[in-house]
Amino acid sequence: MSGGLYSMQSKDFDKTLDFSKVKPYGDTMNDGKVQLSFTLPVPTGAEAIEAAKQLLKQMGFENPQVVFYKELTPGYTFFNCYGSTMHTVDYSTIYVPKVESDVMDMHETDQYIKDNIGRPLVIIGASTGTDAHTVGIDAIMNMKGYAGHYGLERYEMIDAYNLGSQVPNEEFIAKAIELKADALLVSQTVTQKDVHIKNLVELVELLEAEGLRKKVILACGGPRISHELAQELGYDAGFGMNTYADDVASYIAQEFVRRNKV
Amino acid sequence: MQSKLGLDFTRVEYARRISKGIADEVQQYVGHYTTIAVERTLCRLMGIDGTDTNQVPLPNVITDDLKIKGVLSHGALFYISNAMVNTSLNPQEIAERVALGTLDITRLPVANESERKRAIASVIDASMNKIKANRVRRDNYIKTLGEGPKPYLYVIVATGNIYEDVIQAEAAARQGADVIAVIRTTGQSLLDYVPYGATTEGFGGTFATQENFRIMRSALDKVGEEVGRYIRLCNYCSGLCMPEIAVMGAFEGLDVMLNDALYGILFRDINMQRTLVDQYFSRVINGYAGVIINTGEDNYLTTADAYEEAHTVLASDLINEQLALLAGLPEEQMGLGHAFEMNPELENGFLYELAQAQMTREIFPKAPLKYMPPTKFMTGNIFRGHIQDALFNMIGIWTNQGIQLLGMPTEAIHTPFMSDRYLSIENAKYIFGNLKNIGDEVEYKEGGIIRTRAKEVLEGAISLLERIEKEGLFTALEKGIFADVKRPRNGGKGLEELLKKEQIISTHLLI
Repeated sequence: MSGGLYSMQSKDFDKTLDFSKVKPYGDTMNDGKVQLSFTLPVPTGAEAIEAAKQLLKQMGFENPQVVFYKELTPGYTFFNCYGSTMHTVDYSTIYVPKVESDVMDMHETDQYIKDNIGRPLVIIGASTGTDAHTVGIDAIMNMKGYAGHYGLERYEMIDAYNLGSQVPNEEFIAKAIELKADALLVSQTVTQKDVHIKNLVELVELLEAEGLRKKVILACGGPRISHELAQELGYDAGFGMNTYADDVASYIAQEFVRRNKV
Repeated sequence: MQSKLGLDFTRVEYARRISKGIADEVQQYVGHYTTIAVERTLCRLMGIDGTDTNQVPLPNVITDDLKIKGVLSHGALFYISNAMVNTSLNPQEIAERVALGTLDITRLPVANESERKRAIASVIDASMNKIKANRVRRDNYIKTLGEGPKPYLYVIVATGNIYEDVIQAEAAARQGADVIAVIRTTGQSLLDYVPYGATTEGFGGTFATQENFRIMRSALDKVGEEVGRYIRLCNYCSGLCMPEIAVMGAFEGLDVMLNDALYGILFRDINMQRTLVDQYFSRVINGYAGVIINTGEDNYLTTADAYEEAHTVLASDLINEQLALLAGLPEEQMGLGHAFEMNPELENGFLYELAQAQMTREIFPKAPLKYMPPTKFMTGNIFRGHIQDALFNMIGIWTNQGIQLLGMPTEAIHTPFMSDRYLSIENAKYIFGNLKNIGDEVEYKEGGIIRTRAKEVLEGAISLLERIEKEGLFTALEKGIFADVKRPRNGGKGLEELLKKEQIISTHLLI
């Protein structure tokens, strides 16, 4: 199966890095090596392997290799594969919108709020809709925080309210009004069938209907959320994987100051 | 039993005594109340099923009708049995007429008690026999087909479509799974009714319905016969329909149910009084049906730190054990929970985890402990994740856990693909085979990290239990003594459906 192992074949491609034509890197520049695994709903056998290879070719892979296969149950075959992609991307012209703020730690943010705002910011957060997961909102808000980053509850200059999970959007807004929230944080963990998109959009629509949308800083977060997606959905900011309370707090503080300057 | 950890069992007994005190106090309260979910469960036990023309389940039709008329606290058993005597109809026919509005069961003359009892006994007996037959079916299968060795390999299916779930479950059984859990659609725990019929749309899981139970049960029996091993079916007996799901599972031969006394209170903000009444009745049913309950202690550790809060898990296990005993559920059916959630960056984390798992094993020697895999520190790095799951599996076989809830390398990315499940089962079988008797071979050093850790966790649990005992469980929950979550006694969902029992025919029919 592993025909490519210890290949003596000469590598007759340009080995210089060109950011306008970037390819995956295995062990040689521009070798285009990709590993992938998938299951095809076909019985195992030579035809199954051929089907996997043909699929790889259609996906743009040269030298497709099936290195492992296994019938998971009659009629479903699992493959581990390698191939060299012929596609490239132009890295040099990519633009990705990002949260534009300096990341400060807890003490710096507290000091920044004291100096520039002079009162604690009120931030409420929840995992809204049917989402029962609190892991995301807890990581950002709980006193203890996550991975060594203290949560918003520990900030001296932030009044943080974590409403927990499965909070209906209407209830979330009612709480925002009651507490005079400066910023709203929505966490979405469950993303099956894009249920998070529907729920996030609904919140924006409800806020607009209440005339509140522009009065608050609205951010969302979760493992499948990007800043770009957040902006598309009408949020001010989105926080995805590997962002912590520091990122969220420093963004909100700076955004609040920016908005209230004028 | 010789403790490998040098545990002081007089301390364990002390912890049990306190826990019993806590549970007894709860039980004294529980005995005086019923809930709308308990009443719906009784409707189902009387054979009422199906929906009205608006898709409202008929048990809800009955209990809502009694609630609106302000008489639910007299109990559905009373009104249905009374209607049976007055009309000579069976409970299902009565419910259908109530749904149509052609019968008002609250305006019938009160029949004498012995007639009512006789009427109800026949229908309840029929249901009890159905549940008993399912126990016999399970026992027969285990006798004739056999079952996988412990720890049982437990995997989830969660496609949202029961027919797709069947394909995934069959594949898992063929790969070696012993328990198939059908994850519920997100949000079902907060529905105050159980949907009806086969379902094909769900988010992150599949609706728990009696028909879905039946479809999966029959598929697993078939594949069990094919692979020569009984395959257990698990669902979720939690949320606002706790006892109702229990009875539906009992009717359809489910084997395992998630069924925690405190989980709904702490993590779903369901009212504590309601949940504690519901959990009691659901456990009475699960006990009778021979269902293994799984408790949800792993959830404490998804928010709190697994090292710092390990004693909370043990304290909760002890309370869950006592509450379950009060509901007549034997130890052999108590899948008390704990979880492998140590931060992978923690030096010697594996040793602490080993200590805690061994300690749990020794404190609950008869219980088929449910051991949960890493989830909190699964990052999307599927390659490291597979190794984390391997370490988890090592502890599972080493400490002789009962039910190993297999972790998936793709945890935190998506609900499992067919191939994810294959990789996880392969991982577990490899480790369970290669390390089969390691627990018999290895002892732990006196005064070493492992023994010291176990002792520390036990003492931590005792001081937590002492605080809870002093306050009483309700107040302890209000003060956030448990898991740092504060829940008001009269807050949360479902309180308005809690009723002081008045003139009710005993709900203790099963004992």
